Amino acid sequence: MTATGANSLRNGPDEQGRFGLYGGRFVAETLMPLILDLEKAYRAAQADPEFQAEIKHLATHYVGRPSPLYFAERLTEQLGGARVYFKREELNHTGSHKINNTLGQILLAKRMGKTRIIAETGAGQHGVATATVCAKFDLPCVVFMGATDVERQYPNVLRMKMLGAEVRPVTAGAGTLKDAMNEALRDWVTNVETTYYLIGTAAGPHPYPEMVRNFQSVIGEEIKAQMQAETGRLPDAVVACVGGGSNAIGTFHAFLDDPSVKLYGAEAGGHGIEVENGHAASMTGGRPGVLHGNRTYLLQDADGQILEGHSISAGLDYPGVGPEHSYLHDTRRVTYAPITDKEALEAFQLCTKLEGIIPALESAHGLAQLMKVAPTMQKDETIVLCLSGRGDKDVESVGRYLGMNS
Amino acid sequence: MTTRIPARFAKCAAEGRPALVTYTMAGDPDLATAQAILNALPAAGADIIELGMPFSDPMADGPGVQAAGQRALAAGQTMKKTLGMVEAFRKLDNATPVVLMGYYNPIYIFGVDAFLAAAKAAGVDGLIVVDLPPEEDEELCLPALRAGLNFIRLATPTTDDARLPAVLNNTSGFVYYVSMNGITGGTIKATAAVGTAVQRIKGHTDLPVVVGFGIKTADDAATFGRDSDGIAVGTAICNAVLGSLDQGKATAGTVGAVTTLVAGLAGGVKRAKAAA
Repeated sequence: MTATGANSLRNGPDEQGRFGLYGGRFVAETLMPLILDLEKAYRAAQADPEFQAEIKHLATHYVGRPSPLYFAERLTEQLGGARVYFKREELNHTGSHKINNTLGQILLAKRMGKTRIIAETGAGQHGVATATVCAKFDLPCVVFMGATDVERQYPNVLRMKMLGAEVRPVTAGAGTLKDAMNEALRDWVTNVETTYYLIGTAAGPHPYPEMVRNFQSVIGEEIKAQMQAETGRLPDAVVACVGGGSNAIGTFHAFLDDPSVKLYGAEAGGHGIEVENGHAASMTGGRPGVLHGNRTYLLQDADGQILEGHSISAGLDYPGVGPEHSYLHDTRRVTYAPITDKEALEAFQLCTKLEGIIPALESAHGLAQLMKVAPTMQKDETIVLCLSGRGDKDVESVGRYLGMNS
Repeated sequence: MTTRIPARFAKCAAEGRPALVTYTMAGDPDLATAQAILNALPAAGADIIELGMPFSDPMADGPGVQAAGQRALAAGQTMKKTLGMVEAFRKLDNATPVVLMGYYNPIYIFGVDAFLAAAKAAGVDGLIVVDLPPEEDEELCLPALRAGLNFIRLATPTTDDARLPAVLNNTSGFVYYVSMNGITGGTIKATAAVGTAVQRIKGHTDLPVVVGFGIKTADDAATFGRDSDGIAVGTAICNAVLGSLDQGKATAGTVGAVTTLVAGLAGGVKRAKAAA
């Protein structure tokens, strides 16, 4: 819990794991004692300077933190508005922000004496980051991945296997992230004694949303310090993409109590928000419900059945969102907007050509949102994008979309 | 509170045997067949009926129950139709307890108050909602108890003595002991441990204790019925439905496949105490 004023937006969650209406612990009884244990172990770790020091050391020497803050000069020129900065999370070891969280959680799992790690993954970035820390800490690792995602993110499947992880394709449902998470929960319930479930996003039952946010909050804290050093003040706007929303909450959290900083979250608009089951924008196009241990905005039908959703980006293709985002959406502190597949592809290409940086398709959604906002801002204003991941994993599928594979 | 559940356990106890609790999925493989199955269960030997409310993401269920839910949803099952099935059943049978079992979201989206009123009016006796632990009692458990519906809680091997009172508090009707750490339809590895666990729970409550998850055959029913007040069977029934289908559609043999299985299980529970 952060020491802040009573009206701070940084106080959540409460003791029941709620961010206002959202969050909570909606899990089967078998798992309940485990998540209570996890919370206790996490609180102890938080208070332990040795644990914090170990994370700091590995962040510096293994991950490569702090990640650079980069002034995107040609993009700024092209957009003709605010000065555009990228927070280069894609330069982290394993190529995305995901390692910030897996490193924290693997150290926790070790402290708890767990001997087996499971994880779910969509784009494979979290799976790779988990397989990486499991290799480093010598723990067996099973990654559940939707069969559809196994196909569209094959390079990451190979990386996980080379790192020694077992990748289990999940064929239930549409074979995407939601189904992988169901299967991971089923495995966890079956192997409670030995297994630590390393959730990849700021969602799931309490304390996961809070814990993952805290491990990712280093992103926003660094941006704050780096912008101060660069410009002597806070940025005027900050943008991140939102699937489950771990890079976004990690980016936003440091700025929640700074009302001058506008915050934008880019949801996956897929084929368009008006296309039924054609997008994965749970806040713009869904309503509150209960899934995977928490109450949050969900894509669902009139009878409370969860929809599969669609996004070109496997990492955003999830029908829910972290509960803290739902809270920030209702309180209007963050503006969440849908970005279509097409807009993301355009942003992907522009970034690649103008800045020589191939972004992940997920991050390209954030960039597309930035491209809408930056031109409306003054030239002396600044806007920061969390460039959450690199696009190496996407070049094949983007090439296909662009007809370059001939 | 409705009285069908305690009355039925008393009847079974008087007969010197555990209760047979059967789980079928509402709307599987289609509404009419599911209704025919439901209506035929008491005569086949079911003492208490659990009716599954299908959900797209059944996190605690194995492949058998998952597939049953998917068949039901594909055939157009809704919460309203599920409640309608209970209403139709009650016109034929006013004594057999019916418990709705499933996950919270479809109830939450129906609206908790509207759902409780409709369930009560339809003749439902209790609810088992897998993803609502005691920590979330304000959501549905307490409103259900106030509305006069039993809220039946799951206790599991991970529920230790320190936690058991919290789980048993606000539980009514019976306690459902999950025989293993795992999902429905799994394999029970430690048979003796189940009996010990049931005794442990009985030390904390006067409610009947029903054992479920992984019980598939009449022999299982006899074995696990020995130490408990009832045994619950679900996956085996869902698989019986599946085995009777022709290209996903009900056949003339579908209802019979279920009633034959249930009759066999009923034989198992009758042997349970006799063998002890």
